[in-house]
Amino acid sequence: MKTFGGKVLFLDRADINTDEIIPAKYLTEITKEAMKPNLLEDLKLAGFDRQRDIAGKRVVVTRENFGCGSSREHAPWAFEVNDITAVIAPSFARIFRQNMYNCGMLALELPAATIDHLFAACAGKETTMAIDVGTGVIQVEAAGFSDTIAFSLQGFDAALVQAGGWVEYADSHY
Amino acid sequence: MGKTIAEKIFDSHQVDEPFSGTRVIRLDAVFCHEITTPTAITDLMARGKDRVFDPSKIKAVIDHVSPAKDSKTAEQGKVLRDWARRHGIKDFFDIGRNGVCHAIFPEKGFVRPGYTIIMGDSHTCTHGAFGAFAAGVGTTDLEVGILKGVCAFKPPKTMKFVLSGKLPDGVYAKDVILFIIGNIGVNGATNMIMEFTGPVIDAMGMDSRMTLCNMAIEAGATCGICNPDMITVDYLWPFIRDEFASKQEACAAYGAVASDAEAQYEKIHEFDVSGLEPMMTFDYRPDNVKPVRELAGAPVDQVYIGSCTNGRLEDLRIAATVLKGHKIHDSVRGILSPATPLIYRQAHDEGLIKIFMDAGFCVTNPTCGACLGMSNGVLAPGEVCASTTNRNFYGRMGKGGMVHLMSPATAAATAVAGSIINSALYKGGK
Repeated sequence: MKTFGGKVLFLDRADINTDEIIPAKYLTEITKEAMKPNLLEDLKLAGFDRQRDIAGKRVVVTRENFGCGSSREHAPWAFEVNDITAVIAPSFARIFRQNMYNCGMLALELPAATIDHLFAACAGKETTMAIDVGTGVIQVEAAGFSDTIAFSLQGFDAALVQAGGWVEYADSHY
Repeated sequence: MGKTIAEKIFDSHQVDEPFSGTRVIRLDAVFCHEITTPTAITDLMARGKDRVFDPSKIKAVIDHVSPAKDSKTAEQGKVLRDWARRHGIKDFFDIGRNGVCHAIFPEKGFVRPGYTIIMGDSHTCTHGAFGAFAAGVGTTDLEVGILKGVCAFKPPKTMKFVLSGKLPDGVYAKDVILFIIGNIGVNGATNMIMEFTGPVIDAMGMDSRMTLCNMAIEAGATCGICNPDMITVDYLWPFIRDEFASKQEACAAYGAVASDAEAQYEKIHEFDVSGLEPMMTFDYRPDNVKPVRELAGAPVDQVYIGSCTNGRLEDLRIAATVLKGHKIHDSVRGILSPATPLIYRQAHDEGLIKIFMDAGFCVTNPTCGACLGMSNGVLAPGEVCASTTNRNFYGRMGKGGMVHLMSPATAAATAVAGSIINSALYKGGK
């Protein structure tokens, strides 16, 4: 099982698509590592500076319908090679969400009000999240802010995270 | 209680329900191309599982970058080619015989009503036009599909679209789907199937139905779907004539998979298309849609006609009708990519290619290249493309470029004018 939690990258925009996460021209790369410098290269988000903002982050908190567009699993891989293994949003595009769990990573849905609250309280501050998939608890810490958020990881999603991905799960079941 | 077509397909293909809300279904076909499949192949090899569940159910094509543009894309093609040979995958389409995946696979008769299909490509939803459940997936789902012939999905929920009225002249399936996406939004059908019904669909040919279903993903949908009918049977007849005594018998058999009248839907949208105008996108989201009239006059640098959305024969015929007797504007680069060799040949034999070339279009071989900024028509920063493709994301056709999505008719008229224009102005040609 992968490890989850650490410093948080806030991306304050809905409908961030997979072309923004990793442009198609990098889909010719043979290794996942080769995509590391190109994560979020075409993101249209005022104030976002790729060089400054990605380093050291392990969790992304963002808005509705994250990962819409292409089916490219290169999007989760580009996060994975940057050591970001969890994305938290009110909702995800179906294929991106499934790709995350298929790779044994987290795409956690939290209520929009909770996400609003996190942006209001933490965005712009150095924020960390400890994510415990066993108990379903996120411990959030930022300057002058501390919160505990419960989440539900069940059924197929939990099984894929435990198994380390869908290939391992499917090969032992079918 | 009645069932939707998607529910019937899931019920007949289910192999497991490991958890509530997760259904593992058997796959009738796994489609592959050279961008997302090689990583699945190399991962299977690394795991010591270089196997395929059934070589006759795997179809592969090199389409995204063809011919290869550099060493990396040549390597991707080689990995797919070697793998197809190694496993006896007979339906593998290399250059000279290759076409855009979502055009060539239906053309070969690989998509049938009631089928389940996955591919590592989001526009796999196109194949729902035949009454199949077809979904785009990532590389891991593809890998398991190749190895085990199964895929996991949430139980199908369906949003129904009832399209009534009659499409006005100059308004096509592309305008309809842009209008719908503009109406429900890029997140409007996430985790749902968009079922297209009504007299407008009943009157549509397969090319138009594929255009409609192709863009379901742009509203977040898992699949677009049309119920099979005699138009579906007519298209498939060369491939199924040995299976059925008559077209009527085929139509009746396929009809069994169609949605029941009393099926339950998550939501039903009803639109009368009689007053619909030609539509196009602006900005960088496929749900930013306006009538072409409102954006008329905006200059463009390139016009692209092709792709899995609008690179089929019907599209080329429509564009040629607009172009006939005209030259494209001096400031515009016109690029046509017929989606398959058969379409290219038919367009040649009908004289359509001559019309495009006389107008000043460059005609490329079948490939996806330009649509996703890979090859054969990449934009420079600040350039604008009027395009019959499916995505206008920032940087989609080249870093810093702008893409306006529209019908082949609007794109052709825009090529002549040099700026956005409604094709009605060119009706009938000179």
